[in-house]
Amino acid sequence: MKMEFDIRGMDFTRAGEASARIKKALQMVGMKVETIKKTVIVAYEAELNVVIHARQGTMKVRVCPDRVELTVVDEGPGIPDISLALQEGYSTAPPHIREMGFGAGMGLPNIKRCSDELEIESEVGTGTILKAVIINHPDGDSNV
Amino acid sequence: MLDIDINSGFGCDLISDSLCFSRPGCLLLTGLTNIQIIRVADMIEARAILFVRGKRPGDDIIRLAEEKSLPLLVCKRFLFESCGLLYQHGLRSC
Repeated sequence: MKMEFDIRGMDFTRAGEASARIKKALQMVGMKVETIKKTVIVAYEAELNVVIHARQGTMKVRVCPDRVELTVVDEGPGIPDISLALQEGYSTAPPHIREMGFGAGMGLPNIKRCSDELEIESEVGTGTILKAVIINHPDGDSNV
Repeated sequence: MLDIDINSGFGCDLISDSLCFSRPGCLLLTGLTNIQIIRVADMIEARAILFVRGKRPGDDIIRLAEEKSLPLLVCKRFLFESCGLLYQHGLRSC
């Protein structure tokens, strides 16, 4: 099963819709509860990173019986130092974004923690490509 | 809509922490009133949201909560006291 979503920068009204639809789809196909929880965290954090920091982006999802693959591509400022951005607590979110409850600096660390495989490529001034894989481990509880 | 069972409480003003550390069936206590808290509450399968510090969400947020069948509550107390009172009355952490 494949899905694709467009994400608009600064559109906080629609932000999170893609992640919610991904969750519903995973529940429908009977993915493990743990897989769904991790995928929702990865998808939502990645989606909000595009909304907060980029001009626009797309999120593609490929659901296989043993894994979920997410690819998020955005057009935006890019990430100058990926290892720094992966540090817990580091955030470049401006004050008005922090007032909304964002900018804790946990987005990429949460994505990394919840992914079994993670690749991030970025070019300053162009944008970022994030690829995450969440394995559907057989010992996770089935979604009921 | 209020005749529901809550299994735990989670008090937080950070979206990421609410997403990662809460659990389905909880009561989410927060001072965040933007639309994203409704989306997150829906995704984590919270049973209700209690807005503290007298914060009231706007009509568009209330409408989205209605669509999601998510009860919204308000109290004047601060987050710490609200959590403490509920804990004293038997509500436990996520």
